[in-house]
Amino acid sequence: MIIKQLTVFLENKTGRLNEVSQLLGISGINISAMTLADTSEFGILRMIVSEPEKALSILKDAEFSARLTDVICLNSPNEPGALARALDILSGESVFIEYLYAYSMDNKSANIVLKPDNIQKCIEVLQKHKMELVSSSEMYKI
Amino acid sequence: MIWNEKMECASRDEMRAVQTIRLKETVERIYHSVPSYRQKMQEANLVPRDIRSIDDLCKLPFTIKNDLRDNYPFGMFTVPMSEIVRIHASSGTTGKPTVVGYTRKDLNSWSEVVTRSLCMAGVHRDDIVQVAYGYGLFTGGLGLHYGCENLGASVIPISGGNTDKQLQLMQDFGTSVIACTPSYSLFLAEEMEAAGIKKEDLKLRVGIFGAEPWTENMRREIESKLGIKAIDIYGLSEIIGPGVSCECEYQVGMHINEDHFVPEIIDPITLKPLPAGEIGELVFTTITKEGIPLIRYRTRDLTRLNYEKCACGRTLVRMEKCKGRSDDMLIIRGVNVFPSQIESVLLEMSETAPHYLLIVEREGNLDTLKLMVEVQEQFFSDEIRQLEALRKKITHKLQSTLGISVDVKLVEPKTIERTAGKAKRVIDNRKL
Repeated sequence: MIIKQLTVFLENKTGRLNEVSQLLGISGINISAMTLADTSEFGILRMIVSEPEKALSILKDAEFSARLTDVICLNSPNEPGALARALDILSGESVFIEYLYAYSMDNKSANIVLKPDNIQKCIEVLQKHKMELVSSSEMYKI
Repeated sequence: MIWNEKMECASRDEMRAVQTIRLKETVERIYHSVPSYRQKMQEANLVPRDIRSIDDLCKLPFTIKNDLRDNYPFGMFTVPMSEIVRIHASSGTTGKPTVVGYTRKDLNSWSEVVTRSLCMAGVHRDDIVQVAYGYGLFTGGLGLHYGCENLGASVIPISGGNTDKQLQLMQDFGTSVIACTPSYSLFLAEEMEAAGIKKEDLKLRVGIFGAEPWTENMRREIESKLGIKAIDIYGLSEIIGPGVSCECEYQVGMHINEDHFVPEIIDPITLKPLPAGEIGELVFTTITKEGIPLIRYRTRDLTRLNYEKCACGRTLVRMEKCKGRSDDMLIIRGVNVFPSQIESVLLEMSETAPHYLLIVEREGNLDTLKLMVEVQEQFFSDEIRQLEALRKKITHKLQSTLGISVDVKLVEPKTIERTAGKAKRVIDNRKL
């Protein structure tokens, strides 16, 4: 259930994001989801990749500040109100979300990547309410 | 007006005679009352009677800022605490402040030399002096204050900051003399412009500026924007505070009150005295101080001396504006900052020693300090708010240690240039 997300600290500087994608590209690592959060001082790049451990060591060798973070991914119907239902359940059980990002590839379903404050509790809550979680192997493969 | 003509216009022989008597007294006293001095003199095979004239000064061992730190807080005082009536402190190299104590006689000497300085600057008893140096542990505010009172001028003890109030009182009270850091005077000028106050609306005629390095270009700018004569005053708390030396109306070097503080210029590498006129490190020996007399104290300021009689009539030796430092101390908004202080703050924070780079800029007319810290593995968090919290923590710690605000910027690992040998920690972009 737990997915290893690759997180990279990026200084706000031209070309840094490009370097990351090139490094991963030449090593045959595919990126299935990514988001870039920015502040006035720096950016944080979060990615779901095909081989998280390998990607981490490649970036570290290239002297990037990178780490793996545990996240989960919720598969939700691609229809109005679906996200609200999921979030309603989580807030009802006092699960706090640090951040999330989502993507959909067809009109049936969407994936929502979540970083909750308490990942075990979050999984339990979602399973209790019969919400569908995406397995890590599925995520890395996309 | 010359406040103390006897001393300020003495012949070289007369001055040397005064210096000889006072130096011998000082050496005798410290040898018997400060163990660390006695030890240093014994190591140099010296006893007080070896010092027969001011020419023997060069035989004595040096004192450095670290000696004050090693004897923190009161170990270098030569009198019992019952004789000390005032304590001041300035920032030291590793966070511990440099502490100085004054007896009543020391405060009188200090007032005397500041009064002389004010007279050199052309200030008189009818003037209204706004003292916008900080009052407190810093010697600037109280130093100027007592000198003004001694002269008989009217003092406005407004202290630093609070620019709106500074401008209001300047207008309402008819301030004729302002005492502050040169950069703050330019800041005031900008604020005046923004508030629509013209220099003709004010009665300002003289500015007494010190506590930080400034250039002739800055002087011209200050003089034209404020319509005043901008006078450079020099001092350091270890020696007494402001008033160690000051320019006269001719603005051709700062007259050192050498009947109190004997200057020497040395080569900072060989430590040998240099002939008059050569640039080297300024060294002072205090010959009247009771609380904490210092023998051959290395100021780390680089300058040169001129013994020619000045057009103002004074014979007191003159020092040029300081040309730099022989150590890595930075003076930012009048505050002494050592890179090592910043390093120790970063080390204290339980995270390992990070690489850092200090960038000093002058934005408008105020100095700013930017610190770039590499984000190490142990600093790195997935969450932005934790990184922001780390940045705030570093900022807060530096503020409380240094006393000035620092703009902290987190950067990626290995982006700060590594050099073989001494690391480059400071980039000073101020054009001085």
